[in-house]
Amino acid sequence: MYPKATIIKMSLLIKKGRVVDPANNLDEVADILVENGRVSRVAKNISVSTGKIIDATDKIIMPGIVDMHVHLREPGREDKETIASGTKASLKGGITSVLAMSNTQPPIDCAENVKFVKGIIKQTAQANVVICGAITKGRLGKELTDIAKLKKEWVLAISDDGSSVDDDELMLKALKIAKQEGLLVICHSEDKSLSLNGVVNLGLTSTRLGLRGISKESEYKRVKRDIELAEKAKCPLHIAHVSCGESVELIASAKKKGIKVTAETAPHYFALDEEAVLGYDTNMKMNPPLRSKDDVKAIKAGLKNGAIDAIASDHAPHTENEKDIEFERAEFGIIGLETILAVSITELLSTGFLDWVGLVKKLSLNPAKILGIDKGTLTAGSDADLIIVSADKEWRAEKQGFLSKSKNSAFLGRTLKGIVEYTILGGEIVYKA
Amino acid sequence: MEWIRKDLLGLEDLSKEEIELILTTAESFKEISTRDIKKVPALRGKTVVNLFYEPSTRTRVSFEVAAKRLSADVINIATETSSVRKGETLIDTGRNIQALRADIIVVRHNCSGAAAMLARHVDISVVNAGDGWHEHPTQALLDIFTLKEKLGRIEGLNVSIVGDIAHSRVARSNIWGLTKLGAKVIVCAPKILIPPEIEKMGVSVTHDIEEALKSADAVNVLRMQFERDIDAAFPRQMGYFKNFSITAERLNKAKKDIIVMHPGPINRGMEMSSEVADGPWSVILEQVTNGIAVRMAVLFLVSQGHDNKNEPTD
Repeated sequence: MYPKATIIKMSLLIKKGRVVDPANNLDEVADILVENGRVSRVAKNISVSTGKIIDATDKIIMPGIVDMHVHLREPGREDKETIASGTKASLKGGITSVLAMSNTQPPIDCAENVKFVKGIIKQTAQANVVICGAITKGRLGKELTDIAKLKKEWVLAISDDGSSVDDDELMLKALKIAKQEGLLVICHSEDKSLSLNGVVNLGLTSTRLGLRGISKESEYKRVKRDIELAEKAKCPLHIAHVSCGESVELIASAKKKGIKVTAETAPHYFALDEEAVLGYDTNMKMNPPLRSKDDVKAIKAGLKNGAIDAIASDHAPHTENEKDIEFERAEFGIIGLETILAVSITELLSTGFLDWVGLVKKLSLNPAKILGIDKGTLTAGSDADLIIVSADKEWRAEKQGFLSKSKNSAFLGRTLKGIVEYTILGGEIVYKA
Repeated sequence: MEWIRKDLLGLEDLSKEEIELILTTAESFKEISTRDIKKVPALRGKTVVNLFYEPSTRTRVSFEVAAKRLSADVINIATETSSVRKGETLIDTGRNIQALRADIIVVRHNCSGAAAMLARHVDISVVNAGDGWHEHPTQALLDIFTLKEKLGRIEGLNVSIVGDIAHSRVARSNIWGLTKLGAKVIVCAPKILIPPEIEKMGVSVTHDIEEALKSADAVNVLRMQFERDIDAAFPRQMGYFKNFSITAERLNKAKKDIIVMHPGPINRGMEMSSEVADGPWSVILEQVTNGIAVRMAVLFLVSQGHDNKNEPTD
């Protein structure tokens, strides 16, 4: 489908890599020519007379990852992460676009705050950053934000992530307005009246550890409600960080019914199960919690059969002071920008669960489509956001290796497969291993 | 066998042989407390720090007596009067105690996992004197010691644990210890006080007190922990007394020689009647006496432990 080789002037030529581009159903060895910040051509044996050439023999070339769930913490908690440090870490992880979640301090709940954040992004961001606004003022679940105004400031989605909007009527109203405005609604599906003050999965693990449990019910019941409300409002809905089998089933059957729902999971929900928490390692503490082995299977199956559209990191940086303390007092969440690709390769690709085309869909193409941004593909003419990956290279996740300001990774000490050799953003090499 | 652990954090981690070693060591230490001069030099020159984040008299005093009978120097830190109130973290407090060249920290904490966390951050010994709802290993060890002393064995015994299982570290440690040594354990409580999937820890569950007492050789009665923050709207006194309280009437229908244990302090008239607490079934005060021997054994053994090469996880 690509024109055969010709000789032209260029700025960057990537030779002989295995090009994986699900948008064009492509998985073959080819050259990629980048000109003026865009993908100019993908073809066999492109030659050029000038410009930079990268030999990508035995390497994967794929569109840059679009991570649709990232907590950059700025403004408010620059001790945990900043837009600069978070996007620098992103580039190392192979992520070229991130969706910045709204739960900063102050939250992104009004046009002024969006403008303020856009200013910081413009000055300091090293990757593409798009913004998720809040559904309710202060993310308190009481009063809707001015969704139309947020939209005018180019917010791409709204979410109270970290919390769910408990009030059914208010949530329905938000979905209806979002529908009018053409905005995506992202749900953190958790009924806090059921999860209470839980800190680990409810079951044998919570019983053994003597900790309060978070039931799966607290997640899937809210997933069910959110889908029902989205159906009523005819508004596209995206379910964040799916962790259990019941949620996967609900999403699959909603899709069958034609309801516009998409879903993401995070690498830890298919790479780790609740037994990882047994030593009270607070880097295994996240919300939703690590679930049972059966849930891990269900998440993987959901990725394979398409119930789950995307993999997102849910990057949640925290300082050591907030993590290296008593388990029940420690913050929820782990960093993930720099491990999302390697954990996915290690757990899904090496095990044969997904092939490269399938994996790149989950990491790049689908999230771009869900967000409605022109990314996640290597189609001629698109932005040259792409990465070159050594898929078989192993490395050990260690604190000192992370560029993120925080080091709270659940994969510390683990040997992972897959290294990003180059990250190219808008045609520029912005990261090199 | 040789003891190698620097810490005692829970019974879940221990092998059957390790538990038996503690029990045999305790047997040999028990006699010391009957002497006119109740002191041996086993821990002379060692410093034991009792670091208690929860109010406790019985456990702390028991550890203090145990340490003193081994000739250790004992320092008690009650957190109400220490720099913990100024916001010092558990890890910092632990490191400061280590810097004082103390040898053993005995820690009681309201957070599950606190003892394990402390042990990861210091090289000196840590003994768990109760962490949240998780474990209270020395209590279970003294319960098991008492059972063995009274009934001659643990293997094959039917032991029922009655009361607030969900929020009880005593229950969890007893379950691990007893099942490892081959006892059959039944836990008995209203549904709301049984934690999920506890059967997978190797116990049977019943909500019927008569059922729990029917074949029991011993019943361990847990205290209703009214002072704890329990989320369930548990119908406090009324229903419990009627349905789960251990009374003479109920015990008369059980095995003739059934033993009644209680970790104390008792809410008389609540989880057991006074008649039972003071009656022929009760071994409650013997538990207190045995607690000294068991804690002497634990302090002695961990002071010999040498697996204190903390793997650098940082």
